[in-house]
Amino acid sequence: MSEKTDITVEEHLEIQHHVKTYINVFVALLVLTFVTVAVSYLEVSFIEAFFLAVTIATVKGSLVLGFFMHLITEKQAVIWILVSTLIAFMILMFLPLVSMTDHTNIW
Amino acid sequence: MSSIPYILEERPDTGLNNSRLGIWIFIASEIMLFGGLFSAYVFLRFAAPEGDFDYWGSKLNVPMATFNTVMLITSSVTMIMSWASLRMKQFDKYKMYLGLTILCGLGFLVVKYIEYTSKFHHGIFPSSSTFMGIYFTLTGLHVLHILGGLFVLIYFWSPVGKRMYDEDPALLANRIEITGLYWHFVDLVWIFLFPILYLL
Repeated sequence: MSEKTDITVEEHLEIQHHVKTYINVFVALLVLTFVTVAVSYLEVSFIEAFFLAVTIATVKGSLVLGFFMHLITEKQAVIWILVSTLIAFMILMFLPLVSMTDHTNIW
Repeated sequence: MSSIPYILEERPDTGLNNSRLGIWIFIASEIMLFGGLFSAYVFLRFAAPEGDFDYWGSKLNVPMATFNTVMLITSSVTMIMSWASLRMKQFDKYKMYLGLTILCGLGFLVVKYIEYTSKFHHGIFPSSSTFMGIYFTLTGLHVLHILGGLFVLIYFWSPVGKRMYDEDPALLANRIEITGLYWHFVDLVWIFLFPILYLL
């Protein structure tokens, strides 16, 4: 065994508290995975199915980002990197959509 | 201690160490890489003849992909548990959780291999349709990311990890935290790939 003991009881309890959160997030992700599969069998239009699937995926992604990647306690520098990336990503996603609405009747 | 500055200690200007800052900038570039392909998917889908994506999408195996989603989510939680174990100075638990993460990653690859070869046996290739083209591009790029992550995970699971732990446990915890951020990102990408490719 290679256990080292230079950690305080408070630190140990704090990490154990975090571990409980990780387990809860894990269970939530599993449940949401099966919800995603279940809602895919609903008789809805493509646009409704698309927004349902993307919404559930966004909730799952937020859980991973927030808790597993510790974004909720992350420093401002990281938040700003991600906010600027998100803006660029949204432009990338919506520009084609805007151009498509000119000559299709999907909406 | 590492001779490179600000690997473990925080820089006063950014408020975080360079390892974390570096991996987040890398993840930002990765978001744009996959973002471009997601954008291409949306563009191709709306430009495709009606029912084309539904027809080719129905040829994918949803139960296998659901199983793979569970594998990756499990690997994410075992990854963070290995980091938490290191912080609690429990090296044996760290090795166990990291080993489980590697097994989940390998399991994902095995299922993906079965999926791919099954498609090839049925004469379905990336050139078969627009949908299959973007499907193989997106999932193939994702598989490459899994492979890259597995190399790093196996490196830290090997005796190198033990040596690093004995010399500087904080440095190993930092390395595992950074590797974990990358691994969670790969999981995050799959969380979006799964419904878009398999369920819509």
